[in-house]
Amino acid sequence: MKKNANLPALLFLFALLILWQAGAMGMNAAYILPSPTQILVRMWELRGPLLTAHLPATLLCTGIGLAISIVLGLLLAVWMDASPVAEKMLYPLIVASQTIPTTALAPLFVLWFGYTIWSKVLVTVLITFFPIAITVFDGFRSASTDMIDMLKTFGAGKRDIFLKLKLPAALPYFFSAIKMAIPLSIIGAAIGEWLGAQAGLGYFSRRMMTQLDGAGVFAPIVLLSVVAMLAVAIVSWVEKKVITWRGSL
Amino acid sequence: MLEFQNVVFQYDSEDFNIIDGLSFHIEKGEFVSVIGPSGCGKSTIFRLTNQLLSKKSGEILVDGEKIDGRRGYCGYMPQRDLLFPWRNVRDNLCLPMEIRGGIGRAEMIQRADETLAHVGLSGWGDKRPDELSGGMRQRAAFARTLLTGSELLLLDEPFSALDFLTRINMQEWLLDQWESDHKTVLFITHDVEEAIFLSSRVLVVEEMPIRRLVSFEVPAPYPRTRACLTDPEMLALREQLIDLLRREVSA
Repeated sequence: MKKNANLPALLFLFALLILWQAGAMGMNAAYILPSPTQILVRMWELRGPLLTAHLPATLLCTGIGLAISIVLGLLLAVWMDASPVAEKMLYPLIVASQTIPTTALAPLFVLWFGYTIWSKVLVTVLITFFPIAITVFDGFRSASTDMIDMLKTFGAGKRDIFLKLKLPAALPYFFSAIKMAIPLSIIGAAIGEWLGAQAGLGYFSRRMMTQLDGAGVFAPIVLLSVVAMLAVAIVSWVEKKVITWRGSL
Repeated sequence: MLEFQNVVFQYDSEDFNIIDGLSFHIEKGEFVSVIGPSGCGKSTIFRLTNQLLSKKSGEILVDGEKIDGRRGYCGYMPQRDLLFPWRNVRDNLCLPMEIRGGIGRAEMIQRADETLAHVGLSGWGDKRPDELSGGMRQRAAFARTLLTGSELLLLDEPFSALDFLTRINMQEWLLDQWESDHKTVLFITHDVEEAIFLSSRVLVVEEMPIRRLVSFEVPAPYPRTRACLTDPEMLALREQLIDLLRREVSA
C-alpha cells in the first residue's frame, strides 16, 4: 500500500531524470550541464578524495554545528518556557531574526575566523539554532492547559509539570526540529566551505567549478543530498521507535 | 466535609462577582450533584475548591480546616479523561502518587494494579490509553482520581462525552464504586436524570450570579437500580428540577 503511494512520485522523478539525460546529451556541453550518468561516473572517479577527505570535513563541521545548536536551542526554549520575562524579551527577537539572510553574513565569519572550521560551524549554528529553539518552545507550549490544571490539583509544581508533561509533549516537536535542522546544517557548512576552506564538499564543489568540471561540481552536491536524506531517515526511524503516540493527544 | 462560607469570586474579564456570598455544606460520605444550565458557574465552584482559582473573599473549609495553601485534600476528575498518551494506563495511574512522593516505585505499581482491578480494568495496565474504549478511559481516569488518596472527590461531568448506553452503565458502575469506597462525591452535571439517579442530594444553581444553591433530598434509598427512576416521587422531583432550570434559562 505504502509502496503504491510513492509510485507516482518515483515515476515522475524518473521521467525528469530521463528528460535531463536527453537534454544534456542534446546540448553536449558537460562543463555547463552534465548528464545524470556523467555525474555518477564522475562521483565514482572522485570517490577517493570525496569520501576520505572532503566528506569527513563537512560532516565534522555539520556535526559540531548541529550539536551546539541543539544544546543552545534547547536551553533557550527551556528558559523562555520557565520565565515569562525571558519569553517577552527573546521570542520577538528570535522571530524577527529569521528575516536576516544569515548566509549573506557568512563572509564576515570567514573574516573573523579565517579558514578554520569555526567560521563554518558558526554559519551552521546561526542557520539551525533559531528553528530548533522556536519549534521546541512551541512544543512546550503545546501541553494542554487542562492537563496542567489536573497536575496542579495533584499538587504538582513547575518542575513536575515540566518533567512529566511539557517535556514528553514537546518530544515530537523536538524530532521535527532535528529533521528540519539536518539539511539546514549541511547547507550552512557547505556555504561556509564555499567561501573559505581547505577541505569539505562545499570547497571541493567550488574547486571543480573553477576547473569548469560540471560533473565535478554536481558530484559533491549529490553526495551531500544523499547524506542529508540518510540522516533524516535515521532520525525518522528513531522517532518512530520513541514516539508511539503521535496524533493521539 | 466541604463547606463554603460567604465565598465571593470574580473573573478578571468580568465586572461582576459570578459567585457572590455563596455558602453551602456537604457532609462526609454524601453523594451530591450540582446542576444548572451551562455557563452558570458550576465549574467555578469546583475550581475554587481545588484552588485552580482563588476566591476574592470568604472561606472554603475541607474537614473543618481552611484549604488555603493545602494540597491533596481533594481528587479532581476532569470532563475529559486527560490520560497522557505517552504513558501506559498503569503509569497514568501512578501520576498523582509520583507527584505526592514518599512511596517507592514498587508500591506505586502495586497500588495502581490494585486500583485497576477495583475499577474493573485488571490486565489493562500495560495498554496505551488509545487502546481503551471511552468508558474504560473514564474508569482509568476515575482510578487515577482515587489514587490521589483524597476522601473528597470532585467529578466534573465525567460521563458527558460518552454515548448513551456507556453513560448509563458508567452511572451504575460509579454508584457501586461509591457504595464500596464511602468517599464524599461532589458531581457536576447538566443532566437532571443523571443527578437524581446518582445523588443523595441535588444542589441547583438557581440564579446568576450564584448567591445560593437550592438543596433537594432525593427520595430513594441505596442501593438503587434504574427502576427507581420511575417511582412517582422521583418523577415528581425530576419535573420540579426541570421546571426550575427551564424558568432560569428563560429568565
